[in-house]
Amino acid sequence: MEVWMSIAIGILFAVAVYLILSRSLLRIILGTSILTHGVHLLLLTMSRLKTGAPPLLGEESGTYVDPLPQALILTSIVINFGVTAFFFVLAYRSYIRLKTDDMEEVKRKGGQ
Amino acid sequence: MFPAATSRDRLIYIMDLGVLTRVYLLHAAILAPFVLAALVPAIRKGTKKIHTGWIVLILPVLLFLNFLRYLPVVRNDVSETFSLPWIPSLGINFTVYLDGLGLLFALLITGIGALVVLYSIYYLNPEQEAIHRFYLYLLLFMGAMLGIVLSDNMIVLYTFWELTSISSFLLIAFWYERDRSRYGALKSMLITVFGGFAMLAGFVVLHHMTGTWSIRETIAMVGNVQGHPLFLLAMILILLGAFTKSAQFPFHIWLPDAMEAPTPVSAYLHSATMVKAGIYLVARFSPVFAGQAEWFWIVSLVGIITMCYGSILAVKQTDLKALLAYSTISQLGLIMSLFGAGSAAVYYGYGEESMIYTAATMAAIFHLVNHATFKGALFMVAGIVDHETGTRDIRRLGGLISLMPISFTVACISGFSMAGVPPFNGYLSKEMFLEAMVELTHLHIFELGTWGILFPILAFLGSVFTFVYSMILIFKTFRGPLQKEKLGITPHEAPAGMLISPVILAVCVVVLGLFPNVLSYSIIEPAMRSVLPSLVAPGEHFDVHISFWHGFTPALFMTMGVIVLGTVLYLLLNRWKGIYAIYPDKLSWNHMYDSLLRYGEKASRMLTDAYMNRSARNYLVYIFGFMVIVLGAALWRADVLSLMTPDTAPINIYEIVLIALLVISAVAVPFARQRLIAVIMTGAVGYLVTLFFVLFRAPDLALTQMIIETVSVVLFLLCFYHMPELRREVSSRKYRSLNIIIAVSVGVVVTLISLSASGSSSFESIADYFVKNSHDLGGGDNVVNVILVDFRGFDTMLEITVLGIASLGIYSMIQLQLQGRDAGARILYLHRKVTLAPKVPIGRTRKETATVAKNMKQFKSNDVILETSTKVIVFIILTFALYLFFAGHNNPGGGFVGGLMASSALVLLALAFNAETVRRVLPLDYRDIMAAGLSVAYLTAIGSFVFGAPFLSHAFGYFDIPFLGKTELATALIFDLGVFLTVLGVTMTIILQIGEDR
Repeated sequence: MEVWMSIAIGILFAVAVYLILSRSLLRIILGTSILTHGVHLLLLTMSRLKTGAPPLLGEESGTYVDPLPQALILTSIVINFGVTAFFFVLAYRSYIRLKTDDMEEVKRKGGQ
Repeated sequence: MFPAATSRDRLIYIMDLGVLTRVYLLHAAILAPFVLAALVPAIRKGTKKIHTGWIVLILPVLLFLNFLRYLPVVRNDVSETFSLPWIPSLGINFTVYLDGLGLLFALLITGIGALVVLYSIYYLNPEQEAIHRFYLYLLLFMGAMLGIVLSDNMIVLYTFWELTSISSFLLIAFWYERDRSRYGALKSMLITVFGGFAMLAGFVVLHHMTGTWSIRETIAMVGNVQGHPLFLLAMILILLGAFTKSAQFPFHIWLPDAMEAPTPVSAYLHSATMVKAGIYLVARFSPVFAGQAEWFWIVSLVGIITMCYGSILAVKQTDLKALLAYSTISQLGLIMSLFGAGSAAVYYGYGEESMIYTAATMAAIFHLVNHATFKGALFMVAGIVDHETGTRDIRRLGGLISLMPISFTVACISGFSMAGVPPFNGYLSKEMFLEAMVELTHLHIFELGTWGILFPILAFLGSVFTFVYSMILIFKTFRGPLQKEKLGITPHEAPAGMLISPVILAVCVVVLGLFPNVLSYSIIEPAMRSVLPSLVAPGEHFDVHISFWHGFTPALFMTMGVIVLGTVLYLLLNRWKGIYAIYPDKLSWNHMYDSLLRYGEKASRMLTDAYMNRSARNYLVYIFGFMVIVLGAALWRADVLSLMTPDTAPINIYEIVLIALLVISAVAVPFARQRLIAVIMTGAVGYLVTLFFVLFRAPDLALTQMIIETVSVVLFLLCFYHMPELRREVSSRKYRSLNIIIAVSVGVVVTLISLSASGSSSFESIADYFVKNSHDLGGGDNVVNVILVDFRGFDTMLEITVLGIASLGIYSMIQLQLQGRDAGARILYLHRKVTLAPKVPIGRTRKETATVAKNMKQFKSNDVILETSTKVIVFIILTFALYLFFAGHNNPGGGFVGGLMASSALVLLALAFNAETVRRVLPLDYRDIMAAGLSVAYLTAIGSFVFGAPFLSHAFGYFDIPFLGKTELATALIFDLGVFLTVLGVTMTIILQIGEDR
């Protein structure tokens, strides 16, 4: 399972990076969103998958999965929401100001 | 030779009792100026009628009196040490230590400080100058300087050291609207901070050898490190710090430019105290390095060259203060060379022979005090002349003797003292200096037999020029014809208050000249013991006696020669002054500094322009390229690459389907032509990730991700209103193929990392710790939640802070534009003749909110079914949110999920009706909720201090509560409430703000 997940994560990263490098603001934002998903899955996969019960001690299981990446991911999810929202507002504000969502155009107009 | 050590055990014992009662008084003495500095602006506001200086004056006077009380203490060898922990884990403690050397400097700092403050009261007009800033910086400096001379810990010393550089920078730039002031400030800052860094490096090297940051401990183990290969490096680095601070050749160039500061500052920082910090450093580290040939040669040679060079250049100056600046450089060089010469004594070790050569150290300390007195007085006189005539240009001055008799008297006394004329204190120390320099030629160590003759020659030359510039200072200013037409104002004597300080200093010059032995056992001898501790046994004392008449020594003849030759040169000044013009300006150190700065700036600009071309994509290419190279190289080097991971988790068919779906929806995003499709595909990735969270036993994550995805849909839809449709990207093949190459390499590297990480077991997982201790230490069964609020609570606290900042960023981006306060937006709008919306102040009233809400087109629904069902569903969701919040500690849930769930209920309400409904139902400002949440979290964290526990400690207990049975109550729940409120506030602020934006 880890092997398959690793490949899927690699694809998520590749797609995300490709989107982030593109010229359209919207694609860039979507790219960061996908990048976050990739990172979350990466964190989980790195700590091995399905090695035990959910980290709820009430389950009375012998082994539990690693709770640490889960804690990291949880905050990351919420932060990501805040950051994505911030990006969005930044993006459409700059669109309204500069009348373009093309990064090359933004570069040209910003230099004036 | 040594006075017999008398038994003072009883006395010491009594002293020690006294010491106990004074614990931390030294710390208080260092910190008091900082506290007062912080209060100065308020004091200035509260007392408009009194000059703030009068209030500030109290502190240095009190401190001076306080330090005077320590005189008998250091006299009797009882050094005081008190320590406050600062960073104990690194061995860094705020240890203060008072010995003879520290006390000498402390007295200078507070004594001259008091006089300077008094002088400044008349110098600075409170109606025209920002005196609160002046005193703030001055007190900052005073505290920092006390910190330097009383600290035992090198890191603490370094901290205070840089603080003096900063306060000096601020004081030089006090009249910051002047170009010269800014130039001088920057120059002094760059040079002294460079030296400070070198000194820090030297400290680190020393620490590497000794393992301690304490100066006293370093001295104690000096025998072990002297042969160390890094010993010389540490010495040179530390000396760099000392030489830059004390304006030694060739780092002296900053001091003349520092004269742009108000004159009280020049008198205080740039002659009496701060520039002596370098000398202090040399004296303080003498016990470590003295006795080494390198130390001797570097310190004394740099000192004597500076002394000679400074005095020669001083003659050329036409500005009174510039002359005094070069004179200060020269005098500092003199003191430096004496400390260097004194270090030779250590070579001979403990014994009779070494005692002869300690005279140089004695002279150094004596001259240190003398210089502070006469140079302080001279600076103050220069300030008076400037103040009362409007100029400091010697060519325009003259004939002031009858107009300013008192100033002239002070200038005369101090000037002759500086020139080394009897009976003033400068004569005594100058003669001791010449004697020490002559003595050096008799030494037969360090190859002094060959080169030692350099010292008396340079000393004599420097002294002659010192005599000449002293005469210029006195006679060109006060004698000769008065040139009224060249002065801006009619000159007159300064007000009495302004004269008090220079007169006091001039009296000191005379008294110390006539009765030099007032200082010998009270100050000089204890300080000598600090500089040369290896030469006296505990309880023993150096023989310090300063006398006028030594017989017909070489030094006496040299003094006579100086006076005769100096007089001749002064009288013939105009004949030979032309030689100064010969030296080309282009070769001057100042020119080199300016060029270095200019070319440095040019080069860094070129470098920056080469890679910063304002294209975000370019930067991202660097970032991702770097990531691929570094991570790839690390993987390859660490040799952990394992493609086949052992015992992987089993996989079944529907999981393969899920992975396939995940990949397909992700890959579909770049190909989507319409933005809606792209967003839906991204959303699909998100929901699929939720499913994986379920599969991978992460219930908390699944819950959170699901709600976030849902709220995000609303966010996307709201933002669409403002964004254009996607366009086909037309770009060159090169551009695109580079993007693809980078994207694919990032993907490959990440896959390899993931495989290697899950395949190798190089590290023991720390997961077990959390699983084991979650219940016992954190009092919760949901390990993830316990980690969030307890084990890693600090992370969470900062995370929600970041969230809060992001939401405020969004808020201000939108609000500033709504109000037309965003200048760029306004211009664009006016340009296109689009009328701006009515201005809405940030703190708007309910009524205004209603008008704004009317404009909100996005939140509008006519769906009756949705409206009706929402009324019920909202309560269900809210209840569920509360359940999640409270259950969080033991079951899936917690503040994050709860907060998100609650906001999703409100978002639903806004969608079904409109945002106004949400405001009516819950008339709250969500920024307040966010602030409340953050406050709760922070206060919970700080609350641990009340119980003496570290930051963010939690407590929990089980209580029997009626009806509820045995219930667990934990402070972690309060912290989680903070998280809950913050998340709710942030989410609602974001959504409502974006919805409100037209």
